[in-house]
Amino acid sequence: MALIAHHEKVETRGLLLVLLILVTVSIGGIVQIAPLFTIESTIERVQGVRPYTPLELAGRNIYIREGCYNCHSQMIRPFRDEVERYGHYSLAAESMYDHPFQWGSKRTGPDLARVGGKYSNEWHVAHMVKPQSVVPESIMPGYPFLLERELRFADVADHLRALRKVGVPYTDEMIENAEADLVAQASAEGQEGLLARYPKAAVGDFDGRPDRLTEMDALIAYLQILGRMVDLTDVRIEDLLQ
Amino acid sequence: MASIALGRVEARASEYNEDVVRWFTIATVFWGIVGFLVGTYIAFQLAFPVLNLDLEWTTFGRLRPLHTSAVIFAFGGNALLATSLYVVQRTCRAPLFGGPLVAAFLFWGYQLFIVMAALGYVTGITQGREYAEPEWYVDLWLTIVWVVYFVVFFGTVLTRREPHIYVANWFYLAFIVTIAMLHIVNNLAVPVSLLGAKSYSLFAGVQDALTQWWYGHNAVGFFLTAGFLGIMYYFVPKQAERPVYSYRLSIIHFWALIFLYIWAGPHHLHFTALPDWAQVLGMTFSVMLWMPSWGGMINGLMTLSGAWDKLRTDPVLRFLVVSVAFYGMSTFEGPLMSIRQVNALSHYTDWTVGHVHSGALGWVAFVTFGAVYYLVPRLWRAQRLYSLRLVEWHFWIATLGIVLYITSMWVSGIMQGLMWRSYDSLGFLQFSFIETVEAMHPFYVIRAFGGVLFLLGALIMAYNLYRTTKGDIRAEEPMPVGAAARLAPAE
Repeated sequence: MALIAHHEKVETRGLLLVLLILVTVSIGGIVQIAPLFTIESTIERVQGVRPYTPLELAGRNIYIREGCYNCHSQMIRPFRDEVERYGHYSLAAESMYDHPFQWGSKRTGPDLARVGGKYSNEWHVAHMVKPQSVVPESIMPGYPFLLERELRFADVADHLRALRKVGVPYTDEMIENAEADLVAQASAEGQEGLLARYPKAAVGDFDGRPDRLTEMDALIAYLQILGRMVDLTDVRIEDLLQ
Repeated sequence: MASIALGRVEARASEYNEDVVRWFTIATVFWGIVGFLVGTYIAFQLAFPVLNLDLEWTTFGRLRPLHTSAVIFAFGGNALLATSLYVVQRTCRAPLFGGPLVAAFLFWGYQLFIVMAALGYVTGITQGREYAEPEWYVDLWLTIVWVVYFVVFFGTVLTRREPHIYVANWFYLAFIVTIAMLHIVNNLAVPVSLLGAKSYSLFAGVQDALTQWWYGHNAVGFFLTAGFLGIMYYFVPKQAERPVYSYRLSIIHFWALIFLYIWAGPHHLHFTALPDWAQVLGMTFSVMLWMPSWGGMINGLMTLSGAWDKLRTDPVLRFLVVSVAFYGMSTFEGPLMSIRQVNALSHYTDWTVGHVHSGALGWVAFVTFGAVYYLVPRLWRAQRLYSLRLVEWHFWIATLGIVLYITSMWVSGIMQGLMWRSYDSLGFLQFSFIETVEAMHPFYVIRAFGGVLFLLGALIMAYNLYRTTKGDIRAEEPMPVGAAARLAPAE
């Protein structure tokens, strides 16, 4: 154990000790995390993933604000029961524009990775206001205030700009039209531009109050796109290999 | 000669900055009770959702981060600061580097961090990343405070009057340095505007997930393990009045622990969209981590060699020793749960929650209680603790609370995991999701009751410590003499 005899040198020299600690704790992270940025197959080669619309993004920020990730995962594992319960297992590509990721770590409530299109807007409104009205045994909190509160979106273009800085491919056109797109998505008409920029976006009034644009509108717009961007009937198995 | 030597030690003791240690100790007890209270409340919310009150500030989603941050960063953080600043001065025989003003900044700066973070949670300002919820401006503030902490601690180490750096300080140093690295990398973000609270993380999706769990798991590894092992390495030998069991073992387990821990993060992402190679790497290192973890446990427990009888008469030592036993248990359970096939069942369920709490309540909180019971009479110059009987009550009530907590979470977690994957004879999923939620109700009630007991124990401790600071001593029967005295033949 000659090495241990030399430990004397380390524990009598503070600077050496700190430097050795720093080197020792750096190795694991570098080896594990750095390759995720360089190995191209980390993100599957599938079509359809796009940046969130301004309204979906506002909804996603409400999802984060309310801490939904504390009880809901957005990550379906490749098990028979999960795929039957929730749908195709989740792909890395599907959260490639998620800053931050919201995979979650606990399912006090069900997984939401593919909740989009599963329930009607009316169901979501009733469920958010009082979850027990549609699922009597539910232990989810009620969020009635979302229906009462006007969505604040004056700075939505700034949000798109910040996301562009971290790598989300928002175009100048998207940023220019951010506010108009946000309003259009929750309106009855005038969505051609929006749908050209953001295919598959759910449009129309979400909260049952066509005269108001509430936080409920935004949150439901977000929930309704979850898991719907990639057409999973149309992917080849070799595109899914990581 | 002896009296001259003693005089010298006392002169040194008066140079030590004990004010800041006293403040951090009070903050430890205060935030501990806040954290346990919020935890108990949200445990009841899961059993009785009406307690969410339909108000945005009181929903589970906002209070749960308040609970986790209050217990980890406020209770645990203040405990680490209190003990590390106490230990480093005494084991280096040097006063705190930087003087009292810097120390005061460190104290108030850290409390400000806690308050800013907590206000953010209840008002919905969050990054939405577990255990890293504070937004960018709070993160920047913590970075400043943390650098000051490093300078104060490391400065004291460099100005020591002892040739050797004591083993507890290695662990504290690893904790301080690694937390700085994790905090900075994981919180890289671009604010939407300099006047607003909102920011977007630099990384997205799978890269963000691994960075977050590299951080998250090592918040456990370095905040809640390495730092608290520092506590173990000072307070267990002190309270047992025995030297650390093995010097070699402390060297091996220190370097092995800090090297291996950092790799374990991917076990939080088994069967997710993280590439398999990273998952397998994370699992492998998590299983290997069992060895240095138990090396630490053995070194702590065996320090009692020749002093085991003290466990009968010293409830403070009992807190410390049982904490090390819980450490051994949860560091066995952790590698087990990191095995992919086990994790397939345990992930997303309450089993994880139970596992975390066997570590957090059994190890982190118990070793802290032991250290605080050791510190308070010394810091307030009291003859001894107000009441050892009350320590005894605290110990048993809290232990019962932990047992209720972790057993109910084992049952509910494993039950729910099995229910999710069970099929009926026709090949259909047997249970809807909500049926599994319904089945957990009784266990949520038991768990919440366990939380009540743990909180009650902490309140007893707070009362006991308060009376100790007043210099009071409770008139009570002394603790029973060890059975050894009665069992030994008289001649």
